[in-house]
Amino acid sequence: MDTAPAAKASDQAITPPKRRALLFLVLPPALWLVCFLVIPYLSLFFQSFLSTNDIGDVVLEPTLDPWKSFFTKDLYRDTLLYTFKIAAMVTALAVLCSVPLAYFIAFKVRRYKELLYSLIIVPLWVSYIVRAYAWKIILGREGILNSALQWAKITDAPVEAFLYSEWAIILGLVHIYTPFVLMPVYTAFEQIPRPLVEASKDLGAGRLTTFFRIVLPLSLPGLIAGGTFAFVLTLGDFLAPVLLGGTNNLMISNVVQNLFGTSNDRPLGSVVGIVLLVVVVLLLESTSRAERAFASLETGRGRFGGAR
Amino acid sequence: MRRFDLPTFLVGSAAAAVLAFIYLPMVVVVVYSFNPESVNVFPMRGFSLRWYQQLFENDELLAALRISVLIALGGTAIGLLLGVPGAIALARHDFPGKRVLERVVLLPLTLPGIVTGVAMLSFFPLIGVPVSLLAVLIGHGTFLIAITLTQVYARLKRLDPSLEEASADLGAPPLTTFRRVVLPNIKTAIIGSALLSFTLSLDEIPVTFFLIAGDNTLPIQIWAMMRRGISPEVNAISTLVFAGSIALILLGTALGGRDKESLH
Repeated sequence: MDTAPAAKASDQAITPPKRRALLFLVLPPALWLVCFLVIPYLSLFFQSFLSTNDIGDVVLEPTLDPWKSFFTKDLYRDTLLYTFKIAAMVTALAVLCSVPLAYFIAFKVRRYKELLYSLIIVPLWVSYIVRAYAWKIILGREGILNSALQWAKITDAPVEAFLYSEWAIILGLVHIYTPFVLMPVYTAFEQIPRPLVEASKDLGAGRLTTFFRIVLPLSLPGLIAGGTFAFVLTLGDFLAPVLLGGTNNLMISNVVQNLFGTSNDRPLGSVVGIVLLVVVVLLLESTSRAERAFASLETGRGRFGGAR
Repeated sequence: MRRFDLPTFLVGSAAAAVLAFIYLPMVVVVVYSFNPESVNVFPMRGFSLRWYQQLFENDELLAALRISVLIALGGTAIGLLLGVPGAIALARHDFPGKRVLERVVLLPLTLPGIVTGVAMLSFFPLIGVPVSLLAVLIGHGTFLIAITLTQVYARLKRLDPSLEEASADLGAPPLTTFRRVVLPNIKTAIIGSALLSFTLSLDEIPVTFFLIAGDNTLPIQIWAMMRRGISPEVNAISTLVFAGSIALILLGTALGGRDKESLH
């Protein structure tokens, strides 16, 4: 029986010395995570039902007001919908960028495969802030793009519209998050058994047919995993909208940031935070049904482990 | 050379365009860090190291770098001290609450950093940890446990448990088995996760943003400089950060030797 050794191992796991060893191993990390992670998340939830006094301090008076304001004010619903829109566009564009590059490296490259593979890994190690900043100096009013256009005599005054626009946020985020999509898409392409592709061609399917009916469906889990990365990362992003979008294109995470900062309404900020958390959890649950790899211990993927 | 093939050419061009899209902005930052002027004009007129020189005279930035390195070292240590035992427990033992622990440990990686940040900001002061570098350190340690744990867990899952059983059967006490059988086999995963942790901590913003008070870490300081206005000084520090990341990857690859899994 295949299961016998496993059952035996777990029987052994409850002998007293093993139990002591287990406690020694598991207690410190478990206690740390409960104190510094689980209880903080719970306290965020409780805080969303509390009131604030005149100076904005949270007081222990239960109320549903923060939840009521969230569900009755247009600002929150509109910002959430706007954030979904941006996240959907970033996801679509990042997937669109990833497919040809990943496909080319997986199927067409032979000699420099290792090198090209490294090239798509490196950006994952390059600082977020540096990459957001790059777009600021390219797109800015006195940026490189504007001065290049004037140098080439295409325009004679700087174009204001490049930076601080919705497109600047999208461009920046697609640039920052495409490597997170590239990795799972590339892995998915690599794992497609080559005989299947050859069989499709042998049976007379054209290249496009083979791509759309064999390669793409088989790589769907990778595309879903990558797309989920891009979507979730965009939902949580609050720096790019400020750096590249200016003051008129704020996203849901900026609302959280402002409520915990300048507006100092922590209960309402907690409501928005909890809503964001619930949205992300529901999203991850539904996509992981289609694609088990996301956030599994085996691969250690996520915001950071992401595709590394 | 293969014969010219239009579809392959088109896919290749698209691939090259995407690669350019990913790299060009970073190249621009590096190139313009040598800009002699303070505005980023095209074409660049000349070459200068003045921004690097200014960088080394910028006390705020140097202090931020020092703080970042200290937080990253401390956070990595917390991650290793708690993550490695956690990984062994999850990979080799059955215990009540195992499924819950598996899910909880991944939360700081899967949930948006801003949610984790405001949750910590709301609770830490209640247990006597006000916003401070200590709070930042605890915050970083918490997500770095997850990094180490996932990397080491993945390695342990591929390591045959019968090796450890054989060692135990031959009379080795658990610590000896760990030191002489398990540790050599997970060494590269530990080194890899330490380097990964260090790099991620150096770059972390969302959690740090809410827990910091006064002293800035490097990315927060860069962000503050950026909001004050564009300066090629930021290009210069960005280039150094970029070079540092590459150095860490190379170091990781060299230490990992042939075992590539440790970093990827």
